[in-house]
This record gives sequence, structure tokens and C-alpha cells, in this order.
Amino acid sequence: MYSYNEFDTAFLAERNQQFRMQVERRISGELTEDEFKPLRLMNGLYLQLHAYMLRVAIPYGTLDSAKMRKLAEIADRWDRGYGHFTTRQNIQYNWPELRDVPDMLEALSEVGMHAIQTSGNTIRNVTADHFAGAAADEVADPRPIAELLRQWSTDHPEFQFMPRKFKIAITGAESDRAVIRAHDIGIQLIEKNGAIGYRVIVGGGLGRTPMIGKVINDFVHEADLLPYLESIVSVWNQIGRRDNKYKARIKITVHEHGIEDIRERVEARFALVKPRFEGIDQALLAEIKDQFVDPDFKAADTAVFDTAYATDPIFRSWADTNLAAHKSPGYAIVQISLKAHGATPGDATSDQMRLMADLAERHGHNELRISHEQNVILPHVHKSDLPAIHRALKEQGLATANIGLISDIIACPGMDYCALATARSIPVAQQIATRFDDLKLEHDIGDLKIKISGCINACGHHHVGHIGILGLDRAGVENYQITLGGDHTEMAALGQRTGPGFSAEEIIPAIERLVQTYLEIREGREETFLQTYRRVGMEPFKAALYPAAAVAAE
Amino acid sequence: MPKAFTPKVVTANHLLKGDVIYQTKSGWSRTLSDAEVLEDEAHADLRLIEASQQTGEVVGAYLTDIIIENGALNPKHFREDFRATGPSNYFHGKQEAGSNV
Repeated sequence: MYSYNEFDTAFLAERNQQFRMQVERRISGELTEDEFKPLRLMNGLYLQLHAYMLRVAIPYGTLDSAKMRKLAEIADRWDRGYGHFTTRQNIQYNWPELRDVPDMLEALSEVGMHAIQTSGNTIRNVTADHFAGAAADEVADPRPIAELLRQWSTDHPEFQFMPRKFKIAITGAESDRAVIRAHDIGIQLIEKNGAIGYRVIVGGGLGRTPMIGKVINDFVHEADLLPYLESIVSVWNQIGRRDNKYKARIKITVHEHGIEDIRERVEARFALVKPRFEGIDQALLAEIKDQFVDPDFKAADTAVFDTAYATDPIFRSWADTNLAAHKSPGYAIVQISLKAHGATPGDATSDQMRLMADLAERHGHNELRISHEQNVILPHVHKSDLPAIHRALKEQGLATANIGLISDIIACPGMDYCALATARSIPVAQQIATRFDDLKLEHDIGDLKIKISGCINACGHHHVGHIGILGLDRAGVENYQITLGGDHTEMAALGQRTGPGFSAEEIIPAIERLVQTYLEIREGREETFLQTYRRVGMEPFKAALYPAAAVAAE
Repeated sequence: MPKAFTPKVVTANHLLKGDVIYQTKSGWSRTLSDAEVLEDEAHADLRLIEASQQTGEVVGAYLTDIIIENGALNPKHFREDFRATGPSNYFHGKQEAGSNV
């Protein structure tokens, strides 16, 4: 894992001191809110419905135990004893007071963390596959490149005042767990003729105009990647629309100009940019790679795991649902669900954070990850340690066996917190999870991803949910639109709207009718909801959602 | 024909704490029931201007509709209802602080 060097530490200390002075000047009245707002946003500080909100970056979702413990300490000392992990692998604190924020940032800097560029029209926190460095299906670990991008994009002088925000995601596996096709730039690390390179996708994004990204270059050599990405951002920074914020993202630029035109412009720019790099980035990348070597995986038998798996049905259910294949024999990737039935998706208490830090230190080579699906990952766990981990997780309410199931819901904060929201998300997620837990159906239903956004900005990724739910304000009443068939993976697809929305009271029964329809028409348990939808299309589900309309049409 | 002016209050967030506050006749309160009810459009605009000038104390002042029922002030829109109450997933915010206002 990357450790800050002297330059990083000095830079962060200077930025924090700058922000401390800016806060003081705001409080003394030397700065107006109009002057202060862009400064606080550059440091991740929003003003939400009930309080300020501090968004802290977790670069490419990677943490160690010390960082996780610091997040817990901050939650206790300056917030309400919990934090909210987001779809961008960040953590948000919902209740800080303005005077305390410089101290919070200083505490973060003690473990090499910050909130820089978690807001504003800049390149945001680079996200990555949450199984990076551990997945059995990975070509190579994408985190060294992600760290290189973090260093390149942080305070990049050309990219501080762009048309809009800019999000980059990277994966090292063919199986896309990082939603790379719904980012401004998506990067897939690939191997061709024995050489490592990068497939670069551009112009994806969700929000009010959702688009699946297009391949701008199928293979960029490693030495060319950074100048190539700089060329993309530079071209967009020059020709991206600044007249209308809703048309400013690069997806609109690609849509309006066409991918061929953008490709030509990027190539022309690349010819100018490339010579300036002079190999410094490659020297830096080599240094970074040295910090992402595999831990010393142990060789041990798995008898303890095998016995628990054979004799303890609760452990077996958890193991079947929450573990993923690891690249090293005898190891597993543990997915800790932050989706206990009825809990707020993505929230972890400080005690839970400390437990996860302890488990990572004791059993997980001191590594943790945050997934874009708002769960926590222990990427490197030997199977012999899994029964002990499961017991410890149970004591803190963290052993819910529901990864990838109907209650493993992505939900944005919605109108319970967010100033932009048009309806609540969290209660809808809570009620769906509770309802299907009561029905004891979720393991029978199987793989089903519900994603909920509380406004058109789509932080809850509803467009790529198998079932997407979008909360809107319809004449002063919360109303929920449903989309079906979305997919965030390498088969990326945008969900299609079913029809009119549902009230807050109607939305849970509507979801239940959808799921019941799926159970009735699927061709066996092995056919997932998404596969059934792709086979039969929208009509059976529409008929279930709008029975009166179906009768009228007969 | 212009719409008839409906009762409003001025609301904002507190600069230091960030929490929801309401303009009263003599200052600010964290309780909606203390708010100055504005029933005349010109007066409401004037009070909003005055609130917006208090940049050392408040952030983002705006007018919001209220409904008066049996003398009690209630937010007209559900967004304002959440602001006046707190989030629905935890007993945090005004619902928790109610007795401390």
C-alpha cells in the first residue's frame, strides 16, 4: 500500500493550513459565503440539509487499519459516531461543525488522508475494483496506476477549474466491478501479446443524461497512459461546454462531437503532450509499484474452515454469499455487508470500523477496501481465519449474508441529508430489505441488484441497477420511478423506465410484484432476474406493476 | 393573473453549526414555531434581503411556504418538513435537539 512521502506530507500540511486560515477568515467576516464556498468545496466541505457534510477521499477504496481507526476516531470526536461510505469509495460525515473541520482534516493527515478534490469541478477521487490486488480473475493490480493518477490529478494546475467534475475508474479484470463504462474515463488494464496496456473508455456517466462510455483507444501502452489521459482531459477542458452545466460533462462533448472527432483531437493533443513527460511519470510509477507488492501469503491447511463449513449452516450461508475467489490458494476475499436488514446502506459505526480494522490487522494483512456498492472488503484472508472473523462480525452486526442479494442495496443519502435530493432513498432501501427478510425469500431470489437515487443526479447508480429506483418530487409529493434491466458490469446497460412512478406507500408493494413475477416466470433458479428480463423483456413486469392498464389493454 | 401571496418564513443554515434556523422578529431561532410569519410580499422580500445581509451568522437564506393550522406553523413542502425535523433513519437533528433549543 502506498505510504506518503515527504512531498505528500508537506503538501497536505500546507493545504490544511491554508484551509484553516480560510475558515478563520470566513468566521471573522473577511470572506463572504460566495468567496468561501468554492474554497470549502475544494476541501470536500458541503452544506447539506441539517448540517455541514465532510466528504473524505479513500483513494481507489484502499485503507489500512490505521486509516480505518482514524475514520472511527473522527466519527466519535467530531461527528455522531458513524460514517457513511459512498458509491465513490469515499466516506461522508454528516454532522461536523465549521470550526472543527480544520482539526478533522489535520487528524486525517496524520494517516495520509484528506478531502481534497472530493468536490468541485476537478478530477475527483480515482476509484478502482474493490478486489484489486486480490481477485482471481485479475490481469494485474490497477492500484499503482490509480495512485499515479491521484498524484497527477491532485492540484493539477490545468484541471482546477474545468467545465464540470471529472470521474475516473479503473479495473484490472475483465469482470467489471468498478462500473468503468459509467465514468468520464474508464480504464481497463489488459494484456496483449505479453505486454500490459490499457483499454480507455470515455464519455460514460449517469445523472440526468445517462450514457455508456465508448472505447476511444483499445490499447494504450503503459508509458503512454498518463499523457494520453492528460490529452483527453485537456481536449475536454477546452471544448467542453461551459454555457450549460447540464451539458458540460464529457459524455455530452463526446455525444455532440462524436467519438471519432474526439479521438482525432486527443491524438493531436497527445503528440504535443507526450514529449513533455520525459519518462518522469514512469520512474514514479516504478516507485509506486514497489509499494503494492503482494503480502506474504501463508501456506496453511483449511481444516478449520472445512469443519465450520460442514457443520455450521449460518457460517456456510455467509461463506457462500459473502466470499469471493482469491488469486492465492487457501485464501478468500471477504465482503463485509454494511446492509444489515433495516440498516442504512453504507453506514458503519465507529465500533464497527474499529472491529474491521482489528480484523484486517489480525487476519487480513492489514488491508481493507471500500466497494462502490457501499460494503467493506477484507481482500486477503486465509480460509482458516474465516470462522473467527465470522464470529467477530456477528457480535457487531456485520455478518449479514446478503452480498449481491436483494437487500444489498445501493442507496444515496437522499432527502434525509442531501440538499440536492428530491425524495428520500434510505427509508425505501430499509423497507425493501426488511420486507424481503420477513418473506425469507432473498436467497431464493438470488442475484438482484437494486440501486436507489434520491434525485436525477444518480449518485445511487439507479440507471445501472437490475431494478433502479429514482425518487422525484411530483407536485410536492415523493414519487418513485422504476427502471429495469440496468447493468453496471462489462455488459453495461441502462435500465428502461417501466412507466408512471409510485408513491412512497406504493413503491414497496410494486417491487414485491416485480420480484414475484420474476419468481413465477424464471426458467429455474439458475436464471437471474437480469437474465429473465433480457429473455422476456419489459411486458410481464409492466403487467405486474400496472395491472389496471394491462386489463384495459385486453 | 399573479398568484396570491401565501404565508412564508425566512429560513437559512447557521454559519458555524450548519443547522437549520428561522428568522424571528428580533433575530434567529432553531424552532419553526418562533419564526416571524410573513404575509405581505413586499415585507417578506425586505426581510429576506435583511437576512441575506447577515453573512456572519447565516448561510443561504430563502423564503419558504408554511401552513398555519390552529395557530401552529407547519412546513408546506416535505423537504422543509425534514429540515424542521431531522433525518428519518436516525433520531438526530432537530427531533433529538428539540428539548435543547
